[in-house]
Amino acid sequence: MTETILAAPRFSRRTALQVGAGGIALGMSAWRSAAQAQISSIKVGFPVPLTGPYGSEAADQVRCAQLAIEDFNRTGGLKGRLAELLVRDDKLNPAEAVTRTLELIEKDRADFIVGSLSGAVQLAVNEACKARGVTYNALSLSDRINEATDFSPTTYHEGMAPYFSVGALGRYVFANMGKKVAYLIADYEFGYEMRRAFQVVGDQMGAQAVLDVKHPLGMQDFSSLFPKILNAKPDILCLLNFGRDQLNALKQAGEFGLKDRMKIVVGALSSTQRIAGGTDAYSDVIGASNYYWAAEDMYPSSKAFNAAYAAKYGGGAPSDYGSYGYGGVRSMLELARKAGSVEASSLTAAVGPGFKFDLYKGPETIRACDHQSVQAVFILRSKAEAQMKSPKDTFEIVTVAESDESKLRTCAELGHKT
Amino acid sequence: MTEAVQIANSHSGSATLAVAHSIEKHRVAAVVMVLAILPVVLPYPALAINILIFGLFATGFNLLFGYTGLLSLGHAALFGAGAYGCGIAIAKLGLDLFSAVLCGVALALLVSAVIGALAIRTRGVYFGMVTLALAQCLYFIFYQWVSVTGGESGLRGVSVKRIDLGPLHVDLLNPMQKYYFFLLFVAVALAGFSRILRSPFGAVIEGIRENENRARASGYSLDVMKWMSFVLSGAFCGLAGALNAIHLGIVSIETLFYTTSGTVVMMTLLGGMGTFFGPFVGAALFLALEDVASNWTTHWQLVAGLIFIACVRFFPKGVWGSVLARTVG
Amino acid sequence: MADISFGLIALQVLTGLALGCIFVLVATGLTLIFGMLNVVNFAHGAFCAAGAYIGVFAFGYTGNFWISLVVVPVVMAVLGMFTERYLLRPLYGRDMSYPLLLTFGLGYVVIELIRILFGTDGIPFSAPAALKGSMFLGDFSFPRYRLFVMGFTAVMLVGLWLFIEKTPFGLIVRAGARDAEIVKVLGIDTSKVWLLIFALGTAIAGIAGFLAAPMRGVIPEMGVTVLIEAFVITVIGGMGSLPGAIIAGLLMGVVVSITSYFAADFSSIVMFAIMAVILIVRPQGLLGRPEAAR
Repeated sequence: MTETILAAPRFSRRTALQVGAGGIALGMSAWRSAAQAQISSIKVGFPVPLTGPYGSEAADQVRCAQLAIEDFNRTGGLKGRLAELLVRDDKLNPAEAVTRTLELIEKDRADFIVGSLSGAVQLAVNEACKARGVTYNALSLSDRINEATDFSPTTYHEGMAPYFSVGALGRYVFANMGKKVAYLIADYEFGYEMRRAFQVVGDQMGAQAVLDVKHPLGMQDFSSLFPKILNAKPDILCLLNFGRDQLNALKQAGEFGLKDRMKIVVGALSSTQRIAGGTDAYSDVIGASNYYWAAEDMYPSSKAFNAAYAAKYGGGAPSDYGSYGYGGVRSMLELARKAGSVEASSLTAAVGPGFKFDLYKGPETIRACDHQSVQAVFILRSKAEAQMKSPKDTFEIVTVAESDESKLRTCAELGHKT
Repeated sequence: MTEAVQIANSHSGSATLAVAHSIEKHRVAAVVMVLAILPVVLPYPALAINILIFGLFATGFNLLFGYTGLLSLGHAALFGAGAYGCGIAIAKLGLDLFSAVLCGVALALLVSAVIGALAIRTRGVYFGMVTLALAQCLYFIFYQWVSVTGGESGLRGVSVKRIDLGPLHVDLLNPMQKYYFFLLFVAVALAGFSRILRSPFGAVIEGIRENENRARASGYSLDVMKWMSFVLSGAFCGLAGALNAIHLGIVSIETLFYTTSGTVVMMTLLGGMGTFFGPFVGAALFLALEDVASNWTTHWQLVAGLIFIACVRFFPKGVWGSVLARTVG
Repeated sequence: MADISFGLIALQVLTGLALGCIFVLVATGLTLIFGMLNVVNFAHGAFCAAGAYIGVFAFGYTGNFWISLVVVPVVMAVLGMFTERYLLRPLYGRDMSYPLLLTFGLGYVVIELIRILFGTDGIPFSAPAALKGSMFLGDFSFPRYRLFVMGFTAVMLVGLWLFIEKTPFGLIVRAGARDAEIVKVLGIDTSKVWLLIFALGTAIAGIAGFLAAPMRGVIPEMGVTVLIEAFVITVIGGMGSLPGAIIAGLLMGVVVSITSYFAADFSSIVMFAIMAVILIVRPQGLLGRPEAAR
């Protein structure tokens, strides 16, 4: 038996979407039907930030995760055992996320945990799962979680690592847009990870960093940073931040005339922020993303994924962050199917020299040493209003960096013993 | 008013009075007994452990707010100092659990001594503002000091899987064992807290809360008394923080942020400031409410806010304080 | 470092002043309420956010920025009156902590209501067409809208000053701030005064939020950041002192701007650090009344 969900897109209000998806999913998942109780289901714990600034991203992750569960169950499950999604709200707070994870492990007996939209949160959840030997698939961008200090055999990472996502972006940007770069860096690990990745690619391609400006997380008014940036006269301004920070920075950069004087690149794109920010703020901005629905022109699995999403949710397309919900859950379930079990050690063994799958965005491989999902990176350009053919036609795929293990940091670099 | 005074003023029947009186005399044992059945009653042990930890945190805060009458808006600094002190001791220095807890408490004492010394020169809302500002400065320091604290990513590796006390083994991955192990710490802390309240010092700080001028006239050095209250508060909050670090296995930077300060204020008020058991009641209500409400709706903060407003407006004694007033007063 | 031209310095200072104007607007309402009512309004940030959302909603409805600019203070004043009359007035006899705590809870409630009514993602909102575009300062351009905000702030503060210094009502307000008992003895209904002051402070908060909306984005969380800024400015200037809020606001705007030039990651903590120093050394702030603090 799988969860059913409200046909949320019929309601125009975003809040109804969230409350509907989050609230009903939570309610439903806490409710065990009698039929289900007979054969124990595979329980997938899903702590995501339903409350907080990334509520919309999280809600879409829940929708896509539900879809993954259904696709898995429809194709027979694991020797008849069906999967079940247990959604929880981690409130984008590491302590809360750990509490939820402990609840999922200790009370609900989750077989594995998938989730997180924040680097700090996923490191915390990883720590809790690591100590208890529970499989965890992290969905957020992070270089750190691949490193030997945080990694454990139960850790998996469907989210991209900035090293290769921003690497792919840098390769395009420095080849096509100029060589003098200024960086606006959010003062946290993610900002620095993106900066390092740009430095590596920049060094390889002869780019010159003319200015580094750090800003505190949550800065609302970037105006005081612009004079310095304007004075440095770069070809490209890279915004190495995310969410609201990125939105505000872009908006204000436009107002202060930066967009007329330099090209703007963002390290990580989120379609939700693009919609919240509007076409004006984002127009012509280039960024890296893990998924865009137009990938269906390239990959049949993407076409199937988009179609299933549209069918279940009455139109629309899966978002970038949402699609992690699909890939993260489905890849673990498929790995379990290959292993014939949900035991953590069986899953690790089933990875072997590399677990290949193609579920929603073309070919991917789970690498053996750090369980990083090697995957395609989409370099997108945000369309101006005039170029959009429909409300969902927000981006143009400029180029795709196909799944390539050589673009990741080596196992040795990460501290893994091979 | 303390429970003892309320009992003295009560008009209830002698049986209730006798029971209430004996609970008051053995209040530590009474609270520990209630806490002992908590994990059995609640849906999952991690919630019970959170109540235990935040109850202790609120108890420490209550010493300053409920008993001394000083509203600090920066108590996250004391909780966080305890958490980081303990966490760093385990994760970076490899110390054993008991030494690490001591480190946590020690760091919290240091922080509270410094913040207290700077803050007690001010009164009223200014006291709240100084504590808020200084706590934010501490947050910033810990945020930037990435090599030691992990910065924004948090401190990981605070992993203690088992404790061996001679022939006894405590498996800290087992939630029930973890709970009762922590309860030992809390029981000891509460015993200490009760002693403090019953001491002459306890009477003085309540005097400060009731009427500062009179207390000053009685010949006490108020600044020293207030400072001591702040520092003692730090000890309890620091212990709570240390236990929190071990419980979660991590220390997150949000522990030091002003939202944590706000949470403990809400819990204490909700439960009943100036009462012995109130903080635990407040912590339990707040956390259970948050837990239940967030399963129904993503807008649980609305529910929390409304209940809090109702409390301030209609039940300023808090839930437990109102219960006491009804049954005994 | 690239050569520092006069234009660059001018631009840096100008952005600081523009930033400062928002600080001033946000702090004015808070200091007014504290000065007259001795209430620390922890819902102040939420009121700013509410003002922004109401204004954006009105704009969506009418398509006119100026009408919205009038609607905001009217609606916020009503909200303020309701808050003062039914939530805060019953608490006046008690310790000062109670109104503080109540407004703290109220802040949560208002922000969550905003989330329920308008969603959590925020609403894109730009300056009206009349105020779009930039002015040129040498090599650099400066948004016209920010200049408008600076001008509007100045006008509003002059209006406020005139009200408090030159009108009979303003006289009552000043007297009530000094000694509420005497004013009552003179036969004036202080409760009406407080009601109107709270309404005024809330209205100003709403305007501040709405004016900041095109600059900073309209998101529910804006209420929290704005609250902290408001407190820092108010404390530094002196709680209850309007001139103090003005000076502190502009000063801190420039300080933050200069700090951003040299070490931008410190720009957020520099406000708290200065607040801490002021509170320790001179807790009544730059222009506050000394007896209040110690």
